[in-house]
Amino acid sequence: MNRAHGLKKMATQPTSAATEIRVRVLAFARVREIAGASELERAVGSAATLSELWADLVNEMPGLADFSSSIRFARNGQLVDADAPLQEGDEIALLPPVSGG
Amino acid sequence: MIELVEQPIDIRVLYERVRKDEHGAVVVFVGVVRRRSDDDRSVSGLSYEAYQELAVGEMKVIAQEVVSRFSPCEIAMQHRIGDLKVGEPSVAVAIATAHRAQAFDACRYAIDELKKRVPIWKKEHYVSGEAGWRENCSER
Repeated sequence: MNRAHGLKKMATQPTSAATEIRVRVLAFARVREIAGASELERAVGSAATLSELWADLVNEMPGLADFSSSIRFARNGQLVDADAPLQEGDEIALLPPVSGG
Repeated sequence: MIELVEQPIDIRVLYERVRKDEHGAVVVFVGVVRRRSDDDRSVSGLSYEAYQELAVGEMKVIAQEVVSRFSPCEIAMQHRIGDLKVGEPSVAVAIATAHRAQAFDACRYAIDELKKRVPIWKKEHYVSGEAGWRENCSER
């Protein structure tokens, strides 16, 4: 996110911008089926990490718990660790164990 | 040629893409939809889905690794996405090198890494009407 965009958002949403960020979540394979959609939008606290986003999602959709030990994450097209922090507008991909080939 | 494709894979296209006059060996690995699942169920077809941007990116990283480990060589890789029937190729890797040993090694490396790392998922559809997502095990 560039700075100009962030400022514009704060100007239009003065109450939520400082405490909450919104991310787009992409779900694949079995995780997509459990979520019931290939794309979700979720709000998290401004200092939240991927682990916290995942915990929220498991809370909301308990079937996802099966993947808690195997799920991997990508942020904006790059694989990242679960302790990676989130930023406004991030595209987060939930990647269950792969089975290509 | 490193890509995901929605249309059937044409193995000859990959072969032609990698083969040059300095190469004495071309190895083409083709992964094909099998009639029986690993748990011995009768399979009617497979569906593949991918996180496309990252999948192609990771396939390109693997191709670069192949080139740096097994140079000089040429590589082409295609993976199909969508719905496939029994007998259709799901993935093809073509490697051309001066001599065969290097081509076999490079091809093995590329397909093994693809199966481990590239964000593609397969769902098996069974003749019974049921279906299930699979996970890759190594070395099979």
